[in-house]
Amino acid sequence: MIEHGSLALRRPFRERSFGLARKLMRVNWLFVFCVCLLAAVGYAALYSAAGGSPEPYAQNQLIRFCGALALMLGIAMVDIRFIAKLSWPAWVFGVLLLIAVLKFGHVGLGAKRWMTVGGMEVQPSELMKLFLAMAMAHYFKRATPEQTGSPLFVLPAALAILVPIALILKEPNLGTAIITGAVGATVMLGAGVRWWWFAILLVAVAIAAPVIYTHLHAYQKARIDIFLNPGSDPLGAGYNIIQSKIALGSGGFFGQGFLHGTQNQLNFLPEKQTDFVFTIIAEEFGFFGSIAVLGLLMCIVLLAYYTALSCSHAYGRLLALGIATNFFLYCFVNLSMVMGLIPVGGVPLPLISYGGSALTAVMIGFGVLMSIHVHRDVEFPEPVDF
Amino acid sequence: MRRQAKNRTSFSRRALLIGAGQAAAFAAITTRLYHLQISEHGKYTLMAKHNSISERLVAPRRGIITDRFGTVLAGNQQHWSALFVKDTAPEPYAVLENFYRLVPVADAEKLRIQRDLEDHPGYIPVMLKDWLDWPDMAAIEVNMPNLPGVVVQEGSSRTYPLGPEAAHTVGYVGRPNQKEAMQNSVLALPGMRVGRTGAEDADDLSLRGEPGFVQTETNVHGQVMRVVAQDSGVPGANVALGLDSGLQRLAMQCLGEQTGAAVMLDVATGEILAMASTPSFDPTLFDKGVPEDIWNGWINDPRHPLLNKAAAGLFAPGSTFKPTVALAALKCGALTPETTHTCPGYLKLGDHIFWCDNHTAHGTINVVDALKVSCDVFFYKTALGTGINNIAAMATIMGQGVNLGSDVPDVQTGLVPTLEWAQQHEIHWAEGNTVVQGIGQGYTQLTPLAQATMIARLASGLSVTPHLNRRIDGVLQPKSVPGAAPDLDVDDRHLAVVRQGLFEVVNDPAGTGYGARLTIPGVQMAGKTGTAQVHDNTAAEKAINFNDMTMAWAQRPNAWFVAYAPVDAPRYAVAVLVEHGNYGAQTAAPIAHDLITYALLNDPAGRDTPLANPPPMPPLTVPQGNGA
Repeated sequence: MIEHGSLALRRPFRERSFGLARKLMRVNWLFVFCVCLLAAVGYAALYSAAGGSPEPYAQNQLIRFCGALALMLGIAMVDIRFIAKLSWPAWVFGVLLLIAVLKFGHVGLGAKRWMTVGGMEVQPSELMKLFLAMAMAHYFKRATPEQTGSPLFVLPAALAILVPIALILKEPNLGTAIITGAVGATVMLGAGVRWWWFAILLVAVAIAAPVIYTHLHAYQKARIDIFLNPGSDPLGAGYNIIQSKIALGSGGFFGQGFLHGTQNQLNFLPEKQTDFVFTIIAEEFGFFGSIAVLGLLMCIVLLAYYTALSCSHAYGRLLALGIATNFFLYCFVNLSMVMGLIPVGGVPLPLISYGGSALTAVMIGFGVLMSIHVHRDVEFPEPVDF
Repeated sequence: MRRQAKNRTSFSRRALLIGAGQAAAFAAITTRLYHLQISEHGKYTLMAKHNSISERLVAPRRGIITDRFGTVLAGNQQHWSALFVKDTAPEPYAVLENFYRLVPVADAEKLRIQRDLEDHPGYIPVMLKDWLDWPDMAAIEVNMPNLPGVVVQEGSSRTYPLGPEAAHTVGYVGRPNQKEAMQNSVLALPGMRVGRTGAEDADDLSLRGEPGFVQTETNVHGQVMRVVAQDSGVPGANVALGLDSGLQRLAMQCLGEQTGAAVMLDVATGEILAMASTPSFDPTLFDKGVPEDIWNGWINDPRHPLLNKAAAGLFAPGSTFKPTVALAALKCGALTPETTHTCPGYLKLGDHIFWCDNHTAHGTINVVDALKVSCDVFFYKTALGTGINNIAAMATIMGQGVNLGSDVPDVQTGLVPTLEWAQQHEIHWAEGNTVVQGIGQGYTQLTPLAQATMIARLASGLSVTPHLNRRIDGVLQPKSVPGAAPDLDVDDRHLAVVRQGLFEVVNDPAGTGYGARLTIPGVQMAGKTGTAQVHDNTAAEKAINFNDMTMAWAQRPNAWFVAYAPVDAPRYAVAVLVEHGNYGAQTAAPIAHDLITYALLNDPAGRDTPLANPPPMPPLTVPQGNGA
């Protein structure tokens, strides 16, 4: 047993990495197709946002997407076991980036969340979500039900989630902080951590928040209001949300027609090409077009779940669940904000909104997801059993 | 292994539950979307129409037109106007009623406002009243709460400092008509003007600029709460014409009360230094709208004040056509410098007699002398020898009766007949038609601009094109670059012969233009007189050698003079036409003399800044107070 185990630790002969061509064949091309289709929808929306011109948004975004697509396929070729080894280093790197952005980053839309690295705008919090999911998957990949039921075993993982959340809250970026927490929590749930722990935590926060809020001074409330809704409302109370709802509502069933949305073309929404890009689709293509885009987003989430369920190793399963949830939450938070369901700002609609940082982060996540899919049948070396 | 399988089952169960939760969330989003887009569609469509943020486009500043030295020919003047943005008013027609109660508006204007409101989308502001005076302004400001959607905007109107003195050349602007505004919604903006004639028309697109916008947030009363965004657009380009306003004013002054036109060109580039047409009109009236009585006066005036006679007036060129005939004859060999013809005072062709001017018998003369004394019989015979098509071909080279590709709007091409033209128009072309062609009568119709082009080309030997623009936004236009004009396709020796003839016209005591010779020392001018009949004299009139001054004004001949100077190195060419001015030497030549004198003393050609200390201008030779 010991001989065999130590041998396996040193050289996992049985599952040597297979050739590049075979790997490419194992990529889930339906998933890649859906991603490209969504990017095409994004191109149309950005073309319309510029009043019917590829400049200045659509053209740029297309170039970025092509680069990100190449990056995604590149990552898909990397052995998942190698990626697994990077999990904790990535988490540390992500935390360092978050600290760096607080120290050296610059303010955009009311929050200090951007950093320029080699001429590129980077939002470390976007990458942190992926790194956190990787760390969680790595931590729980061999956890027994006994371990996941033990608070002592779960506590370090909870700390690993809370550290980046605290840093992101300090930016402040509540939306991304909530998504980060939810992604970490989902991986923990998938690993078998007890449901009711999360339920208790949620109830406690829900009860405490308003009580604390009502006991604050006015200036503190104002500060929290800004904190809840950073930079999303430069024109006054609820302006963006009202304009966004008008854009959605005036779309009707079939919309006002491509390039004919009055809300869009007359610029009632400032910066509509970023967070509020969905309003363009909804206004110009109506309920019909909105449902089609929603369906496409759901397809991508579903295919990510398919990867998670068909994976033979726990690391891949948990990480795929985290990536699927991350993408889902992006869409959900953005759409809820656009429809006036939640007052949180600063979350783009992935693959459609204009901007390179979120796009790159999402595509890196998809690259890892595809790596899981390609390497779904590999065996992870068992640890030495003493 | 068993543990792993158990873990996997547990994971699958939990993943499916989480996935189900996410699917439920998507379903909730879909429900919300259905609620917003389908159930409340009507409500939000209404809100979209009454959006509280309104964008108002702002007309750009129209470019300024100056002469070559920067003297403003067309400028802008501030004024205030009341606009109405229908979309920002809850009850637009009630607001209009309130406005009409405060500010008097003519019924015709009310109809126009009504039409504008129906024609254009509600976010395009409609002009309610332009040129607000102080009582109107005060009334509007005080009653602003009752006038949601009404905006008082600073605008600009067009001014023409030279007024009637450059009206035809600079042109004027007007409000875009309904069709133009429908085709280009930018033109629907209040304050936008479209060039109608002259440089305003020729350079309209350069002068227009691009509109800016003001985005304002308004409350339910339509009052502007704040400006959200603002962009002043791109102002129109400034255009510097080749005109010298001093020369232009002198030309108008010299023409005075007479009806006529004068064009002066830079012979090296074809730049128009002056282009005058009389009588003229006040171009500022067009911006505000011309009062009906004044308009009717212009339309019914037999002297056509609105017509730019220099570019669009067609006249028989008379004897000023003789240089072209001479060049055509020299080219086709019908004439050599030594060829002589004998003039007994008339030419008998069949049973028809063609008289020489004043029945004078010039004897046996060559082409230089024939030009000098303007012998008609010599040119009758020359035309017969040359043929009508050869004459027309030379006219084309000289820029007569052809499209010059000039930037002057509304130019008339004129006509120099050919046999093909006669055939097309079913005219029987007799030899007699060719005979009168030799002295620029008959079917030949040319503009003063074409005649100026002819004399400029003859003087410089360059195929110059007359043009108005010198600089746009400070950039020298290609045609104004010295050396841009191609060489004229005429033999230099032939040009020399004709130039000698024109030199003697002015500088030989026997020449028809001797009275117009220059008085400034050391410089000479060359020219050609023309007296073109507009009335077919009866045999009785011809027999008594009638005095033209006894005829009614409208039947007197048109007086022409074309000239260039200095003769040794030409810089300026001029064509002057005085309608019904009788003899060219009598009325047109003095004007050409004064214009050439001014041009030589101030030397504007090729300059962007005036000469620092020009020599004083000698007294004008134009007889004042003549004409109709």
